[in-house]
Amino acid sequence: MIAPSRWKTIAVVISIIFGVLFTLPNVLPQNMRDALPGFLPKKTLNLGLDLQGGSYLLLEVDTKALRVEKLTNLIEDTRTTLTEAGIDFSGLGQAQGVVSARISDPARMNEALNAVRKGVGSQMKTGGRDVAISTGPDQTIRISLVEQAMTAEAGKAVDQSIEIIRRRIDALGTKEPAIQRQGIDRIAIQAPGESDPEKLKNIIGQTAKLTFQMVDDSVTVAEASQGRTPPGSIVLPSGDDYAPAYVVKKRALVTGEMLTDAYQVFDQQSGGAAVHFQFNSQGAKRFGDATSNGIGKRFAIVLDGKVISAPVINSAITGGSGQITGNFTPESANNLAILLRAGALPAPLIPEQQSTVGSELGADAIKAGAISLAIGGGAILVFIILAYGLFGVFAAIALIVNVLLIFGFMSMTQSTLTFPGIAGLILTLAVAVDANVLIYERVRDEAHAGRTPLAALEHGYQRALVSIIDANITSAISALIMMGFGSGPIRGFAITLLTGVVSSVFTAVIITQLLIGFWYRATKPKTLPIV
Amino acid sequence: MAWPLIRTLPREFHFNFVGLAPFAAIFSALLIVGSGVSFAVQGMNLGIDFVGGTLIEVQTTGPAPIAQLRATLARVGGEDAQVQGLGGPNGAMLRFRPHEGVSAIDATDTVKRELTKTFPGIQFKQVQTVGAKVSGELMKSGFMALGIALLLMLGYIWFRFQLQFGLGAVVAVLHDVLLTLGLLSVMQLEFSMTSIAALLTVIGYSMNEKVITFDRLRENLRKYKTTPLGEVINKSENERLSRTLITGTTAILALSGALFLGGPVLFPLVFTMVFGIIIGTYSSVYVALPIILLWGVRRGDEEATPLKPANARS
Repeated sequence: MIAPSRWKTIAVVISIIFGVLFTLPNVLPQNMRDALPGFLPKKTLNLGLDLQGGSYLLLEVDTKALRVEKLTNLIEDTRTTLTEAGIDFSGLGQAQGVVSARISDPARMNEALNAVRKGVGSQMKTGGRDVAISTGPDQTIRISLVEQAMTAEAGKAVDQSIEIIRRRIDALGTKEPAIQRQGIDRIAIQAPGESDPEKLKNIIGQTAKLTFQMVDDSVTVAEASQGRTPPGSIVLPSGDDYAPAYVVKKRALVTGEMLTDAYQVFDQQSGGAAVHFQFNSQGAKRFGDATSNGIGKRFAIVLDGKVISAPVINSAITGGSGQITGNFTPESANNLAILLRAGALPAPLIPEQQSTVGSELGADAIKAGAISLAIGGGAILVFIILAYGLFGVFAAIALIVNVLLIFGFMSMTQSTLTFPGIAGLILTLAVAVDANVLIYERVRDEAHAGRTPLAALEHGYQRALVSIIDANITSAISALIMMGFGSGPIRGFAITLLTGVVSSVFTAVIITQLLIGFWYRATKPKTLPIV
Repeated sequence: MAWPLIRTLPREFHFNFVGLAPFAAIFSALLIVGSGVSFAVQGMNLGIDFVGGTLIEVQTTGPAPIAQLRATLARVGGEDAQVQGLGGPNGAMLRFRPHEGVSAIDATDTVKRELTKTFPGIQFKQVQTVGAKVSGELMKSGFMALGIALLLMLGYIWFRFQLQFGLGAVVAVLHDVLLTLGLLSVMQLEFSMTSIAALLTVIGYSMNEKVITFDRLRENLRKYKTTPLGEVINKSENERLSRTLITGTTAILALSGALFLGGPVLFPLVFTMVFGIIIGTYSSVYVALPIILLWGVRRGDEEATPLKPANARS
């Protein structure tokens, strides 16, 4: 076992080359890294936000709002379906998540049921419909959402949100943001170097649902507010806090999805900032039809439930493009353009957690971490050499390779190194040396028991290996659990720990064994330096 | 001094580890009671990870006006507002929870705006906000992680050794966790998600110690089949002592740099780890082994030599 075998030598050489190659970019300055030939790794350690500074934002998709919207759609679908089938009904509405309507003519119950079955809800990917339809007492039809469909819907909303957030943030020019799904309905955003999370929140926090709706001039806002809103119309507040509200038709003429482009411009008449937009062909046609039928009337541009402006239609707009003017600054107009280009979020996002670390603090942390690591590593090297002499030197070499392997692996996989992770790394190195201590102490025991140096080495390694593996499996278990449960810095800590456990066993056992093997072959010692 | 130092250590030690066990039991019991009293009287200093709220680290242009900062925070901030100096004369740390019904994130933005207005030139070195919902979940998942870690390790040790070893190890590790929590409570160090990571590391290290301890004990139990259990334990511990000393010293030396120079962020974490190393080493000898000694072990295939009544039971 002690005699250096070929595979062991090869494995050690390969691991050293790997460690050096992948760790190297971390110590080279940027321009030298860029100059490296293409086949060499260039990635440096992925430092956590606590080390390099930046912003972290955890958002939750508002599934409640999603459910409310879904129910509203169900009500409207039911209204349309029954009206089209010519069936009279009353009391259409929802209570506790169930939409119900009373069919006026009991003889037409079955007909109504069939119509609703066909016209309301849709097919799910997994089979079955996304709504459950049943009859209730007193000639009512009850429609409820299938939970499974809601879950699928929420999942889809998260995926879409991630995509839209990415587009929005990219447009903002933030450097390398990491946007990840977390759990079922959460999204974590990490933006290194971004010191102002409000900028992120401004652009993420808005749903940006844009619609064009006709203004209902048949009643005044005051009348409507007193509960005399005509069916099919709704009172919406103005985006400008001091302007009065509007009564608008519920039906949207054109929606934000029909936009192909939007950008900030300056309005030629007023000189104020505005957003220029371009519809796709469907949107252009619908907008053209609506404007040519409604000359002299007003239409409202509605963003997230607020009326931005309500211009009067002077002539039919058939070109499919137009301008949104309102109370804009160039910056807010540009933001709106970005939001419109990226598309609307399927549901509002609620920020749940937020952290920002200034780059200065990050730099301090890196410095403190590097000093701690240097002192810790140095202390281990000095102590182990003092304690075990030549064998201590072997252990020290193994430890250095170990550090290279850990840094190399973490650079290669781009695992995050956090500030707590550095503390984890130091302890990992101490535990790595423990493997050598176990082996050497065992060798000493065996030698004291009267074995020859070779036999003592053989037995020492063999016996100690079992303990080492048992002991490291317990460490690996705690690291794996941290990975499973932890988020952010804890995960980074766990990854550092786990990488360390694996590379420690390899370096502390195999590398020292190989070095001792070569040393033994070269010197054929009568006694061991540690006995 | 001779080099390598290891040669200066005596070949054999003859400490009566087991003889000290009753005193150690009293010592441990006192510490646990002390921890319990501290939990009851002052509880844990829970960080925003677990209770929700906001932590802001600021740097002001002149010496930090702690009193004015406190006044501003009390005016716009929220409940449990705390302000203290941190990181030099110009630095301060603010902590608060939002008022009932206000989102933590909105409260943070309000406070930041107000601070910028009241103290021109103020810089935010660090801002952390955790909403109430997330903090509850973090707390739950943190403790769940601790529980699952302990159970898995119990299972692993049971599988590798015997049930009483596994229980001895888990009781010892629980002892370590309790005392570590007790220490955090006594010193009122912040208990955060990072502390959970530190605790899990302490558990990992402590278990590591138990495995090494048991390994030697098991080996000696096979070697000395008729020797009383107490003597075998003493022998095993004496054989192991040089390794325990060297590894323990290495670990503490290694962490000392981070402990003293790691700054206020790393200090609670590293301090917990150092304490855990000491207590984990102690509990291997004085919690895990005494439990095994009291319970007795199944001693392989030897011809029944009922040394102790405990053995006869198994």
